[in-house]
Amino acid sequence: MRVTLDIGRFNPDAPNAKPYRQEFTLEVEDYYTVLDGLIRIREYEDPTLTVRCSCRASICGSCAMRINGHASLGCKTKIINVISKDGRVRVDPVGNMAPVKDLVWDMAPFWDKIRAVQPYLQPEGPEPQDEYIAPAEAMQHLVGVMGCIMCGACVSDCTVMEVDKNFLGPAALAKAYRFVGDPRDGAVKDRLKALNEYTGIWDCTRCMECVQACPKGVAPMDRIMALRDKAIVSGLHNTNGARHAEAFADLVKKNGVLDELRLVPRTYGMFNLMNMNAMFAAIPVGWRALTHGKLPPIIPHKLHGKENQDAVQHIYDKVEGHKP
Amino acid sequence: MAVYQHDVVVVGAGLAGMRATLAAIKAGSNVAMITKVHPVRSHSNAAQGGINAALTSRGDDWEEHAYETVKGSDYLGDQDAIEVMCQEAGAAIIEMEHMGVIFNRDEEGRLGTRRFGGQQRARTFHVADITGQAMLHVLYEQIVKANARVYEEWFVTSLVQDNAGAVRGVVAIEMMTGQLHLIKAKAVILATGGTGRLYEPSTNGLIVTADGQALAYAVGAPVMDMEMVQYHPTTLKGNGILMTEAARGEGAYLINKDGDRFMKKYAPNMMELASRDVVSRAEQTEINEGRGVDGCVFLDLRHLGKELIETKLSYINEVALDFSNVNLAEKPCPIRPGNHYEMGGIKTDVTGKTLVTGLYAAGECACVSVHGGNRLGANSLLDTIVFGRRAGEHAAAYAKTIDQVNIPDSVLSKDRDHIKALMDQKATSDTPAKIRLDMGRAMNEGVAVFRDEAGMQAALKAIRDLRQRYVTLGVHDKGQVYNTNLIFALELGFMLETAETICLGAIARKESRGAHFRTDFPKRDDENFLKHTVVTKGPRGPVISYSPVTITKWKPQVRSY
Repeated sequence: MRVTLDIGRFNPDAPNAKPYRQEFTLEVEDYYTVLDGLIRIREYEDPTLTVRCSCRASICGSCAMRINGHASLGCKTKIINVISKDGRVRVDPVGNMAPVKDLVWDMAPFWDKIRAVQPYLQPEGPEPQDEYIAPAEAMQHLVGVMGCIMCGACVSDCTVMEVDKNFLGPAALAKAYRFVGDPRDGAVKDRLKALNEYTGIWDCTRCMECVQACPKGVAPMDRIMALRDKAIVSGLHNTNGARHAEAFADLVKKNGVLDELRLVPRTYGMFNLMNMNAMFAAIPVGWRALTHGKLPPIIPHKLHGKENQDAVQHIYDKVEGHKP
Repeated sequence: MAVYQHDVVVVGAGLAGMRATLAAIKAGSNVAMITKVHPVRSHSNAAQGGINAALTSRGDDWEEHAYETVKGSDYLGDQDAIEVMCQEAGAAIIEMEHMGVIFNRDEEGRLGTRRFGGQQRARTFHVADITGQAMLHVLYEQIVKANARVYEEWFVTSLVQDNAGAVRGVVAIEMMTGQLHLIKAKAVILATGGTGRLYEPSTNGLIVTADGQALAYAVGAPVMDMEMVQYHPTTLKGNGILMTEAARGEGAYLINKDGDRFMKKYAPNMMELASRDVVSRAEQTEINEGRGVDGCVFLDLRHLGKELIETKLSYINEVALDFSNVNLAEKPCPIRPGNHYEMGGIKTDVTGKTLVTGLYAAGECACVSVHGGNRLGANSLLDTIVFGRRAGEHAAAYAKTIDQVNIPDSVLSKDRDHIKALMDQKATSDTPAKIRLDMGRAMNEGVAVFRDEAGMQAALKAIRDLRQRYVTLGVHDKGQVYNTNLIFALELGFMLETAETICLGAIARKESRGAHFRTDFPKRDDENFLKHTVVTKGPRGPVISYSPVTITKWKPQVRSY
């Protein structure tokens, strides 16, 4: 099979260093991965091509890169599965992080975020003589998160980090979940409190990009949602995120449809002085909506017909565990 | 140029390196870890199946584990060292569990086990089939917790010695800037891993390039039993990627092209769970005698069922699908023996001390020796954490006895000149990659599962010719920042030096023992070769000598499975 790898490159040693693109066309076997192709170029065409890689088996996490615009591992992506009709594959460095040279990126901010979640077990009380007794299912469940190889693919494609560099991001939050979900950890409440702050679990917009990018099935967004549940269950209600979730559910339960006008103040908290600024900031948005005929109705709509209202009630009963 | 100084410097950040670092910190040392990749990229990641330990608190017998390790080693392992490892194994596992490793549990919530090769009893603790990764990431968590100093993506080019010959630090390139630095230390621990990339193909990652062995050898520390190179029985054909022994531990079969479980001919009692050298030879015999397909036999998991495969062997399930297009629940997977592990290494005692003052070694780059002629599956992780901890503790204690480090800053000049020569030399069409490939093929042909004099001599000659080619090698990339072209050239120098010691040790051992099987000397010869091969760098090249094997309880016997 003939493939043209179109590579986004960067040579920091060049005067006025700027990113540029270079194409290499090569003959490859069907089982070749994108990384195999890059290694081939590095070994036989251009030894200056630079990429981090080691295991070739999706376990060391070195070779995260963007392939046709989406982050993945070079060693886990077969060329045959991503090649275009005209025989091309586009390869770029990961997003949201600064390039160092070609496909090598600066990992320091990534690790800073990991460090920020206190990424180590904090058991309570004296250590037992033998192992901690822990339910087999709980440990098996954690294997799915421990499968994270810290490759950074999720961070590359995170749409929140694109606009807010302070967001802890999917990798660090998945790592945090690994401890919150660990029956041996004694600092769960403190962890959740910290994650409940700005930059934490409520800043995710649920775009699913991290789930799609993760080469190991860790599904970081699902872990973030699980952290939200755990935060609310543990009594941490005093955040925009928690209030938003509760108000959303409440309003739909009441009317059968969402009452967007009341969602905003309830999210910020009606009498929450800390959030007055945010409330005022919403006023121009409301004004523009009004002048463009987009303001939600002052008197909220209700779902028509008892049958429909019952159906919605039925959903709530089911989710909340009441008998219908 | 900045000069750095610490009590203990650990080179390498895999399981052994991080365990050593934590132990030295605990002992009160000022420690720094130097690693050419970020710690969690280290190759300990790739260990899949598990870690052995006899938990005596639940009735297992560490002496049984020790005996099986001795037998597995074909009586070449030092029995005092094996006793240390097996006796300390239980505490080491519990310690890892307390740090946070999410070992699989049994129904009562206690640590669960699986069976592994060469052992009668199930004593392999595991995290699905990502045990190495799970342990590596937890040790890194502890490194973060301890706020340890890590020189990340720094490549060590040489060890520095004081006037008396003691090792007192390292020279390293900071890859992000290309700057050369001197890091002074009272003691240095090498924990750089194995020799996998000397071979092509290999299960090992591209970073496994015998750096530590060559660094130690260069300052006069001898390497031992280097000819003992393990071929793992189940590796994928195309790229040599590993399929864990845990598959057979969970009950998978090995079959030939006729569907026969051929191990019944070679190891009627242990079958697929005989020692790795035995299974690899059996497979190669089947293939050589025409009962393979395309140079492979098959690993058959079909009878284990989809659920077991997806929960306990999910990683190899993923790998088989990705790289061989095989769904393990539906089809047997083509596999063959492939280069996997170096039993030999830098000669150390049970405290990690080498024969050069101030220099310690642990993990795969060291040879204590606990693996002898053949390592049991799941003993390598155990080796790393037991002897990593010991090396850390002893190096820290030794460092306390040293007041001053006297190294002139000018020691940098030798490395600087070598690097300048590589950078200045006009790059030709010959590249590090081409020389490495030629080396890998020569080793895989001459010093593999079955060996003979002519084949090994051919490999030795090939290596010596390649060393000539290496002298005129230049690098294409003339840049300063993250110059992997230069790093590969330096690694290649390490690999060629180490490859020669493997060939020499293999040629000198005129018998068959463990992984070293010679068709021209097919019998084990205890009278002449129950001894360690020791290779030391002399003024006119390598010098071979021998040292005795320590035997405590278990007299050599005929080895059958």
